[in-house]
Amino acid sequence: MKSLVRTFGPLVAIAVLAVLLLVVAPAVLSPFRLNNLGKYCCWAIAAVGIGLAWGRGGMLVMGQGVFFGIGGYAMAMHLKLEAAGPEGIPDFMLLYGDGTMPGWWEPFRSGAFTLFAIIALPAVAAAILGYAIFKRRVKGAYFAILTQALAVVFATLLIATIQETGGFNGLNQFTFFFGYNLYDPVNKKMVYSIAAGLLIGCLVLVWQLYRSRFGELLIATRDAEERVRFLGHDPANVKLAAFVVAAVMASIGGAMFAPIAGIISPSDVDATASIFLIAGVALGGRALLLGPALGALAVGYGRSTLSESFPDQWTYFLGALFIAVILLFPAGLASAVGRAARLVVRPKEATP
Amino acid sequence: MDSFTTPLLAGTATGALLLIAALGLALTFGQMGVINMAHGEFLMAGAYTAFVTQQIVTNADISIVVALPAAFVVAGLLGLLLEVTVITWMYRRPLDTLLVTVGVGLVLQQLAKDIFGAQGDPVRTPTWLDGNIDVFGYHWPYRQMFTIVLAVMALIALAALLKYSAFGRQIRATVQNRDLAETVGIRTRAVDRITFFIGSGLAGIGGVAVSLISGTNPRLGTTYIISAFLVVVAGGLGQLKGTVIAAFAVGIATSFFADWTSASMAQVATFALVVVFLQLRPQGLFVVRSRGLA
Repeated sequence: MKSLVRTFGPLVAIAVLAVLLLVVAPAVLSPFRLNNLGKYCCWAIAAVGIGLAWGRGGMLVMGQGVFFGIGGYAMAMHLKLEAAGPEGIPDFMLLYGDGTMPGWWEPFRSGAFTLFAIIALPAVAAAILGYAIFKRRVKGAYFAILTQALAVVFATLLIATIQETGGFNGLNQFTFFFGYNLYDPVNKKMVYSIAAGLLIGCLVLVWQLYRSRFGELLIATRDAEERVRFLGHDPANVKLAAFVVAAVMASIGGAMFAPIAGIISPSDVDATASIFLIAGVALGGRALLLGPALGALAVGYGRSTLSESFPDQWTYFLGALFIAVILLFPAGLASAVGRAARLVVRPKEATP
Repeated sequence: MDSFTTPLLAGTATGALLLIAALGLALTFGQMGVINMAHGEFLMAGAYTAFVTQQIVTNADISIVVALPAAFVVAGLLGLLLEVTVITWMYRRPLDTLLVTVGVGLVLQQLAKDIFGAQGDPVRTPTWLDGNIDVFGYHWPYRQMFTIVLAVMALIALAALLKYSAFGRQIRATVQNRDLAETVGIRTRAVDRITFFIGSGLAGIGGVAVSLISGTNPRLGTTYIISAFLVVVAGGLGQLKGTVIAAFAVGIATSFFADWTSASMAQVATFALVVVFLQLRPQGLFVVRSRGLA
C-alpha cells in the first residue's frame, strides 16, 4: 500500500493539477485571466524541462529562452504566413524590407512542417551544442555561462534581422491558428486547453523519466559524475539526453506562447527572459516533480499582478525573489513546506 | 590597409575594457569559486560615479582624475557589501552564487533606472583626451588609447600586488590551497573580503573608461558581463596571463568579425569561436593542475 502511494502519489497530484487547469479554470476564469493562465502554462512547460536538466541533472541552463524562442518563432512564422494568405507574405516584410520573403520562411507555410520543426530544430541545436560542451567535460559554472551567452547572442541576432524576423518588435498580429480564428473566444479557449494539456503531458513524461533507470543515472551524474564514469557509463550522454529533452520542452512552451500571447519578441526569449524562467523553477523546488511547474505558474501570476499595479517595480521583486529563495530555501519553497510539516508531525520512525 | 588597422586598434581597446572587467571576475572566481553576475552592474556603478563626479567637479579635465579613485572605492564598497551580506552564506555553492548575484544585478539595474532615469547620460571627455592620432589612416581616438593605458596599469598594479606584497602571497596561498593557508595562520575569510573589494573596484575603474566611450546607461553592465565571462572561461582560472591573452583575443576577434559582417553577427561568431576553442582546451588557456578529480 505504502509503496503504491509512493509510486502513484505523484500521478494523483498531476491528475489534480490536470482537473484544476483543464476543468475548473476554464469554468471560473474570465477569458482574459484564462489567456493569462495559458501564458503561465507555456512558461511552466519550459520550467518542467529546466527542472529535468537543472534539478535532476545539475546543469544550470541559463539560456532556455533560446529554445523557447526557436519554438515560438517557428510557430509565429507559420501563423504569420497563415494570416497573410496562400500567396501573401508577412506585413512587416513589406514595411521594413523590399517585399520579398527569405527562402527559409517558405517551408513554414506547411503546418505539418512547422510542428516537425518545433520538435526537431531545438533538438538538433541542443544536441550539437550539448555534444560539444559535455563531451569535453565543460561543466558547472562554465556551462551556465555558455548557455547564457547563447541567449544574449540569440536575442541580438533577432533584433538585428528586422527584415527577416521582425527585429525588436518580434512577430505579432496572428489571426488564424491552424485554420481556427484566434479572435473567436471558443478557439482561444481551445488553444489554452492545448497548452494546459501539453503541460500535463510533459509532467507525466518527466514522472516516467524520473522513475526510470535514466532518472537514476541522471541523479547519479549530478551528484558524482566521476563515479558514474568509473561504473562504465558516459555521463556526457546522460546529460545530453536531459538537455535535449529540456530544450524540446522549452520549444513546445514557446510554440504555444506565440498564439496565446499574440506576440513573440526578443524580450520574450533573451537572457532576462531565460532568468525569469529559472526563477519559477528555483521558487518551486528544482528537484521535485511538480515544483518547477507550480513555481513557474506562481511567478507568472506574480509577474502579471505586480506589473499591473507596479509596472516599474516588477524587476525589484524578481531580483529580491532570487536573493530570498536562494539564500533561504535553496531547494525551493516546497522543501520548506516539507521541512515545516516534518517539524509539526514527527514521523514515527525513520523510513529508509 | 584601413580594414586591418581599424579593427585591430579598436579591438585592442575593446579587449582592454574586457580585461579590466574580467580581471576582477577571474580573481573572485578563481579564489572563492564565486561567480558574480552583478559584476557588470559594478561596472555601471563606476560609470555613474564618473557622471556624478562630473556634476560636482564641473571641469572635465580634473573630474576624470577624481572619478577613477572614487569609482574604485564606490564599486569596491558595493562588492564588499555584497560579500558581507549575501555571498558569505554560500561559499562552495558556485551555481547558487551565480543565481543570487543575478538577482542583485537586476535590483541594481532597476535602482540605477529609478535614480538616474532609463535613458542614460553622457559623460564629457576631458580636453586632454579629446582628439585622435593618425595611425595608417585610422584616426585613433585618445580615449581608446586611454582605456588601454588604464587596463595595462591595472594589470601591472594587480600583478605586482599578487607577486610582491605579503597580502598578495596570502591571496595566492588561499587560491592554491585554502585549508593549508588557514593552517599557517592566514585569515582566509578576511583575504576573501579584500579580494572581493579589489576585484569589484577594478570593475569601477573599467566603468569610468566605458563612460568616456559610450556614456552611462542602466543596462551598461549587461553589455559587458557576458563577454567578460567568456574571457574568463576561455582564459582559464588561476593565472592572470590567461585572462590577458583571452581578453585581447576576444576583443580583437569581435572587432574583425564586426568589420567583415555586422556587429550582431560578430557576437555570434565570437561565441562560436569560444565554444570551438573549448573543444581544444576545455579548461581554458592555462590551468592550475591539481590531483583532484573535479
